[in-house]
Amino acid sequence: MVFLDFEKPLEKLYEQLEKIKQVEEEGAVDMSETIKELEKKITKEKKEIYANLTGWQRVQLSRHPERPYTLYYIEQICKNFIELHGDRYYADDKAIVGGIGQIAGQTCIIMGHQKGVNTKMRQYRNFGMANPEGYRKALRLMKLAERFGYPVVCLIDTPGAYPGIEAEERGQAEAIAKNLFEMAGLKVPIVCYVIGEGASGGALGIGLGDRVFMMENTWYSVISPESCSSILWRSWDHKEEAAEALKLTPDHMLEFGMIEEILKEPLGGANTDPEKMARILKSHIKAQLSELMEIASDDLISGRLERYGKIGEYNFFESLEKVDP
Amino acid sequence: MGWFKRLKDGIQTATKNKKEAPDGLWNKCKSCAEMTTMKELRENFFICPKCDYHSRIGSNDYFEMIFDGKYTELFDNLLAKDMLKFSDLKSYEDRLSVAYKKFGEIDAMKVAEGKVGRKPLVIAAMDFSFIGGSMGSVVGEKIARACDYCIENKIPLMIISKSGGARMMEAAYSLMQMAKTSAKLAALARAGVPYFSFMTDPTTGGVTASYAMLGDINFSEPGALIGFAGPRVIKETIKRDLPEGFQRSEFLLDHGFLDFIVHRSNLKERIDEMLTLFKMEEKVS
Ligand SMILES: [Zn+2]
Repeated sequence: MVFLDFEKPLEKLYEQLEKIKQVEEEGAVDMSETIKELEKKITKEKKEIYANLTGWQRVQLSRHPERPYTLYYIEQICKNFIELHGDRYYADDKAIVGGIGQIAGQTCIIMGHQKGVNTKMRQYRNFGMANPEGYRKALRLMKLAERFGYPVVCLIDTPGAYPGIEAEERGQAEAIAKNLFEMAGLKVPIVCYVIGEGASGGALGIGLGDRVFMMENTWYSVISPESCSSILWRSWDHKEEAAEALKLTPDHMLEFGMIEEILKEPLGGANTDPEKMARILKSHIKAQLSELMEIASDDLISGRLERYGKIGEYNFFESLEKVDP
Repeated sequence: MGWFKRLKDGIQTATKNKKEAPDGLWNKCKSCAEMTTMKELRENFFICPKCDYHSRIGSNDYFEMIFDGKYTELFDNLLAKDMLKFSDLKSYEDRLSVAYKKFGEIDAMKVAEGKVGRKPLVIAAMDFSFIGGSMGSVVGEKIARACDYCIENKIPLMIISKSGGARMMEAAYSLMQMAKTSAKLAALARAGVPYFSFMTDPTTGGVTASYAMLGDINFSEPGALIGFAGPRVIKETIKRDLPEGFQRSEFLLDHGFLDFIVHRSNLKERIDEMLTLFKMEEKVS
């Protein structure tokens, strides 16, 4: 198990638990009462820790090394999944994966950012940072969905689109912009889930949908707290403050009307019980798709335009003129 | 003085003091250091007579350069709102009031309707001097309203981008303007209204990755920095120097992301030509 800094009290308790279990095994003594006590204590401690997470702690949990990624969820929730590769222009991006599969009997196109599960794979997946061909593959799959009337499910988990020379040469900005434009007008339902990190345009590039949801221990904003700190505070040391200032938690995003709902995670985060999280996600997707598949294309498109059209907060010059404090 | 009072004073300064640099003032070229008087520079489309450097200019300069005489500003009553109570080393409120006072603009975008070669056009132009031309809710809403207006009146839209990207102080609101403006431009496209995207120095970040790259025609001024990630970020990521001319207009043209580059002295003429070619049907009245 990997413990984050604010989870240290738990680490000690789990260590104790391990020791007692060992004693029980070796000495054939009945320790069940002690174990029960300790497990109770762990649950209580967990409830306290996770009830009051700061923005930065949610960011840390969203990046937990044992957190499930897109391919894990796909494997758990899809039947007959076939991964589809390549953008047909340049390459197959490893940081965005997708394909066709069935969720609760409904054929759909499902895709998402993919991070690596170990050092070697993290490199291979480019840390979940897609190049233009990733966004173009995503668009190709969405167009495939549109042609056959299948819904699209997008799982978002990226620290951002890759900032590299080749990415710029191949039009990172154009690829993301084109996806936003095409997703706004796609004739089939699109549901999006932030399952980890939702950083900036790289997240939004597969994140414009009829409905958008976030898991409990995730974040979504225009920039990562670290980069925000380095630009606005001119130092890397203010990430905690930046995370608070950005109001990037699911609770804030719900309050702003930018997401529809928050998916509860198992106590301690999706990493503590990935199977349970996958079951929660599957039943949620199933419910969403059955509702959205009933809506006509034109209504989906006009609904999407309305959903995004109203996002924004501003004052009016006249009203400010009248108020005189 | 409370922030509100300062804000109000600043806005009034912004709207009253449309200060123009006096003709006799000398300007030093940012590229070759040549000294030119403001009068000379203005008469030369703010282009350095020696090295052809296109200096950064504001929305009003473009409106005056492009429209036939008079034009009407639209949606000019929208003001930024600090809904997140954002504060870093400075508060967003303070940044706004400083910007109002210092730069004489009330946000990073102005929209105006006028005629070019007697053909109607709506131009939404960005002002880099206002918090780095950053895109917040006001910029997004102005583009949204401009799209609705152009659909309603069947008038082509042109956006002049000049931006460092997202307005971080509006966090997720800023990010979502990318989705909002793209969705609105998709509606504009469905309505058959032409959209010309003109990129000027600099056009980066979320602005490039949304409306700037979505033109029916994408074009730019010479030598403009255009990209998704800023050169500094890329350099830090890859830990090596960037090639000469990287992310400049000519580089983008070469890589297939621009239709053409236009010299500022030919800008009006080129727009006139495009409006002739992409003629909207006359409104029956
Ligand atoms: Zn010069």
